[in-house]
Amino acid sequence: MTQEIKPIRKKIEATGLMNKYMAEYFHELDDASKSRDRKIAWCTSVGPAELLHSFGFLVYYPENHGAMLGATRIATDLIPYANAIGYSPDICSYLTSDIGSYLTNNTPLTKAYGIKSVPKPDVLVFNTNQCRDVQDWMAWYAYEFKVPLIGVNTPRTPTEVNDVIIESVAKQIEGMAVELEEISGNKFDPNKLKAVMALSKECTELWKEVLSLAATKPSPISFFDGTIHMGPAVVLRGTQHAVDYYEVLLTELKERVANKVGAIEDEKYRIYWEGMPIWGRLRQHSDLFAGLNACVLASTYCNSWIFSDFDESDPFTSMAKAYTELFIVRSDAAKEEYIKKMIKAFSIDGIIYHDAKTCPNNSNCRYGMPRRIETETGVPSITINGDLNDLRMISDEQNKTNIEAFIEQIEENR
Amino acid sequence: MRNKLAERIIFAGVDVGASRTKAAIIDSDKNILGWNVRKSGTNFTLSSNLCLAEALSMAHADKSEIRIAYSTGYGRKNVTFAAGSRTEIGCHAKGCYHYFPIAMTIIDIGGQDNKIIKVDENGKRTNFKMNRKCAAGTGAFLEEMCLRLDVGLEDMNGLAADAEGIIKLGSYCTVFSATEVLENIRNGKPLADLMKGIFYSVIKRVLEMDSLTDKVLMTGGVVAYNPYLVKMTEELIQSEILVPKLPQLTGALGAALFALESRQQ
Repeated sequence: MTQEIKPIRKKIEATGLMNKYMAEYFHELDDASKSRDRKIAWCTSVGPAELLHSFGFLVYYPENHGAMLGATRIATDLIPYANAIGYSPDICSYLTSDIGSYLTNNTPLTKAYGIKSVPKPDVLVFNTNQCRDVQDWMAWYAYEFKVPLIGVNTPRTPTEVNDVIIESVAKQIEGMAVELEEISGNKFDPNKLKAVMALSKECTELWKEVLSLAATKPSPISFFDGTIHMGPAVVLRGTQHAVDYYEVLLTELKERVANKVGAIEDEKYRIYWEGMPIWGRLRQHSDLFAGLNACVLASTYCNSWIFSDFDESDPFTSMAKAYTELFIVRSDAAKEEYIKKMIKAFSIDGIIYHDAKTCPNNSNCRYGMPRRIETETGVPSITINGDLNDLRMISDEQNKTNIEAFIEQIEENR
Repeated sequence: MRNKLAERIIFAGVDVGASRTKAAIIDSDKNILGWNVRKSGTNFTLSSNLCLAEALSMAHADKSEIRIAYSTGYGRKNVTFAAGSRTEIGCHAKGCYHYFPIAMTIIDIGGQDNKIIKVDENGKRTNFKMNRKCAAGTGAFLEEMCLRLDVGLEDMNGLAADAEGIIKLGSYCTVFSATEVLENIRNGKPLADLMKGIFYSVIKRVLEMDSLTDKVLMTGGVVAYNPYLVKMTEELIQSEILVPKLPQLTGALGAALFALESRQQ
């Protein structure tokens, strides 16, 4: 019988420290939720978290919880509960699985940290830079918890992020300060905001450097590693722990580079992942690619938490710029320029586009992009169908055949 | 005679599809000596063994004569006698290029997968697409329709070819399409016109997967037993379509050719 190749992936030693910091983060939120001695803000993952920290809020990110629901493969069982109360199976499966989780009081925080339920919010803050779904998601909880819902409505799909757009977003973020003063009971302190911005900037630069190491051959880190290790950049940015963690991770990965240690054994093919991860299949996909000597080593997804424009001396404008220049906000023309640079920088042999059924805003293959980029760069691509959290949308065998055939094609054309 | 045959070096390819298992036996000169097609069933190892045995029998050969065997298809990992495996995408491309060494677009209509594979003039794959997660437009769709209409699979081609008109289906969904077909039957519409509409639906699902470039070639079980579907496709794309001699065998042949190549490397 033809043998399935047992893949060899390298364990990242810093993971233990990350797990410790993440546990402390969730316990701090849980304690505050129970004691009510600190205010809690829920925030979208690329929302103005720095502003919230400056008011002393503990910040909780429902999208991070959504990813946990997906990675633990309980999302698919929870989505129908949200469907049954009128949230379509065609909308964001982070949203539907998270609401399903709330309705059934079933959270992965229990198994991971012994925490019974997600922390109760005092305010819900969104930024529609990603999609409209985040606003509707927060709106459900605003109704449920009877707490204020505030946010930023970012103009979507610009090719150039011009001053008009930045000014508009900056004013919206600044305008939230008035309501946040009332909710938090604290006066806005520009020095505190500057301090948080400085920490966020430090985190972002370190995370950027971590991801940039994937340009070396072999790559010391894979996309699948990145989806896990970006946790602190998402939920701890603006805190010292995030900075401390990425310093440790960076040191370890630099050692790998110095010793020519790759994230997978015998890297032969270098792959770019475009779109959302399929959270419930991370291990399976990681093994599949590693078994084919293919390292998925770069993605726009993990890069989404790089905010190079942060500038503590001009916090509102720089926050507006950083949160609006993100890949997901932009037009296909801007996205294509970005991907072409990535192909070059990371010596990419092929691109996998994930067409996520419930995430049209981060499925970048739906308006002809793969063919355009392939024609211009000569780098081949395939599209696999799936979803971030709803495993009912996935045909594993088809995806496996697609991926194997794609790697065969790259090999045959060398 | 037997001794002479025993000196032969032969290569085997087995394509275990979701619906049918196919085997091809070739010699060192790439001549097809034997082949077989049978239902895959639920035990892929058993069906691949039986399929190989029948193909060997047709080739008047013994299993011991096989130098190398390769497997492909959905159940490729269940073939116990295979030394290696390749995906069906690669094997179809290899098998088709063997018949027609030109730049081409291959349309393969299988039991649950449709594929469009592009091959350049050197036989290298440049691109491929598989149907999305839905099996609309595949052999499974036709099987379901036949079941609902109480028509034998072998009768589809004749019915469609005899149609005087065509009743097109509106839905992507196999189940809703069946409802639509039954509704038309209740309204007294001719079965033949419906069958032609069902064929049309299959073709539309395939053509919307990708654009067609260069010469077009069709393979797969659906094509093997329904030449009228090929004729309809030709009319739709207004171009002649090539069909290999054994259109259901191109995957198995490709696997056998990979086996032969592996020996040469």
